[in-house]
Amino acid sequence: MIHILSFYLFAALTILSAVFVIMSRNPVHSVLWLILAFFNAAGLMVLVGAEFIAALLVIVYVGAVAVLFLFVVMMLDIDFAELRAGFVKNFPLGLAVALVLIAELVLGIGAYRAGELQLGTPDGTAAPLLGASNIENIGALLYGKYLFLFETAGIILLVAMVGAIVLTHRERKDTRPQNISKQVRRRPDEATVNVKPEIGQGVKL
Amino acid sequence: MIGIEHYVVVSSILFVLGVLGIFLNRKNVIVILMAIELILLAVNINLVAFSSFLGDLTGQIFAMFVLTVAAGEAAIGLAILVIYFRGRGTIAVDDVNRMKG
Repeated sequence: MIHILSFYLFAALTILSAVFVIMSRNPVHSVLWLILAFFNAAGLMVLVGAEFIAALLVIVYVGAVAVLFLFVVMMLDIDFAELRAGFVKNFPLGLAVALVLIAELVLGIGAYRAGELQLGTPDGTAAPLLGASNIENIGALLYGKYLFLFETAGIILLVAMVGAIVLTHRERKDTRPQNISKQVRRRPDEATVNVKPEIGQGVKL
Repeated sequence: MIGIEHYVVVSSILFVLGVLGIFLNRKNVIVILMAIELILLAVNINLVAFSSFLGDLTGQIFAMFVLTVAAGEAAIGLAILVIYFRGRGTIAVDDVNRMKG
């Protein structure tokens, strides 16, 4: 009973906050609704026993991506009212496309319900071990069978990081940074000079 | 009892909402990126639900990779957005038809 109730709670809140994400007037509110949507989706995943992905969703999306969005939204000085100009004009077309899409998806689900479609059967190589927790099972797969894919994911993240830094970094002309090689190259005999001035003459540099 | 169809219905609705969001906010790149995140979330819910109901963990591993790509895509997309705003002073997508730097 509690399972069914919490499924409907999480599902309804996910969909409701997704609606607010795309309808909000202010993008800051959109980001906040997006965070709520991700939390409820994580709840849905906990319900089917995928705790690790649920935790990852909260950490990665709420902790990193949503904060990134918030930073960018608040950093840029944008007139959001102007950007909403085509909202009403685009509404009929968007709704038509959405209705066509949902009709197709309903058709697919209906075909499955009618018993004409068979779901694929797992070959058993990635079946969860009995008695082991979700995280243990995922760890065994991730560091065993899918090790190279896991490393590729790391490289993708590295490339994304390098790309983001290269794109947004800019050389500033108004600062005077340290020139380290010039400093290291300096020798005492070219940096200091020994003079012996006459009394009352002063030193010419 | 909650079956696989319930999860597929939820993720279908989320997916369609994401597509609708792209159409409605055609000028605002930030909301378009958020709508793409919604679409990827729908895909993830689908993968995790099928993985759990079929008793095969490959779906959850794959959901993790989708998550990775989504994070990278958001970082690069927002970086492009920031340099675009620096050059133009606006983020209206309608003007993004010339790539003169």
